[in-house]
Amino acid sequence: MSFLDYFLGSRKKSAHVAKDRLKLILAHERDADGPDFLPALQEELLAVIAKYIPVDKENIKVSMERRGDFEVLELNVLFPDQH
Amino acid sequence: MAKIIVITSGKGGVGKTTTSAAFASGLALRGYRTVVIDFDVGLRNLDLIMGCERRVVYDLINVIQGEAKLQQALIKDKRCENLYVLPTSQTRDKDALTTEGVTAVMDELRKEFDYIVCDSPAGIESGALMALYHADEAIVVTNPEVSSVRDSDRILGILAARSRRAELGEEPVKEHLLLTRYSPKRVEDGEMLSLGDVKELLRTPLLGVIPESEVILQASNQGIPAIHMENSDVAEAYKDVVARFLGEERPLRFIQPVKVGFFKRLFGG
Repeated sequence: MSFLDYFLGSRKKSAHVAKDRLKLILAHERDADGPDFLPALQEELLAVIAKYIPVDKENIKVSMERRGDFEVLELNVLFPDQH
Repeated sequence: MAKIIVITSGKGGVGKTTTSAAFASGLALRGYRTVVIDFDVGLRNLDLIMGCERRVVYDLINVIQGEAKLQQALIKDKRCENLYVLPTSQTRDKDALTTEGVTAVMDELRKEFDYIVCDSPAGIESGALMALYHADEAIVVTNPEVSSVRDSDRILGILAARSRRAELGEEPVKEHLLLTRYSPKRVEDGEMLSLGDVKELLRTPLLGVIPESEVILQASNQGIPAIHMENSDVAEAYKDVVARFLGEERPLRFIQPVKVGFFKRLFGG
């Protein structure tokens, strides 16, 4: 950008537009595929947790979702009743 | 133990063959026994970029179909002592490349070489899948441009799901990002995605940046791998890429615009 452009002001940089568009489309396309590792992760987490607490396979859920700029990995473990 | 590296991208024309030729030459210059294989069946071009097109007698498909021995198809590079080229065939038969055939060739090459560099065709069809199937590491060649970045993302997904390592549940293919045709001036002007942008979008470690350069055309015109173009920024950048691949620390170069004078800045240009 030249010095004169600076004073004349300029439109939004096209590289920014490119990045924003890519962010959206890549997130969308990745979600469509879904992360491949989730089932394996769930399996391994279950093994670790089961080592310490007796827990049913059905009572553990691993999920991944996107919230704004973040990806949130959620782990839900339902412990057996303590009585 | 031989290491297999696929040079891939999804999109065509981003510099896979240029990179395959330069990278394989660089490994050989470092003293490693290296072979570079063209997987682009029907559109053979690695031989031209390597400058050995007139010495092709037998090719990968001849070997797979048992019409020639591997030793007969390997072409010794004229510039590097330890480098061999395995060209592909011009056949239009898409099924010429078989999984069993490629596996057999790879197993034989593994015994003779330190590095096996696979030059993938564009796209995500069988040729590209075959090229990446055996890979231990992958260099994803990307231009700082929307379609190339999107296709690279796609190919990264395929590497994670369709490689031999993925199928056997082994340690995943080690992925590297190589940004090519990079123009620091245009990045500074906000007209081109920066290396930071592409790294962030693809979430893949950066192996290097190759600047946009007229030297690439001069090299391909003459059939000289770009890494041999003395005193060029492209050759230096490829040497850095090879060094980093081998585990050496090298700062990124050629990522800042060449400084222009005060008056040129004032009036643009």
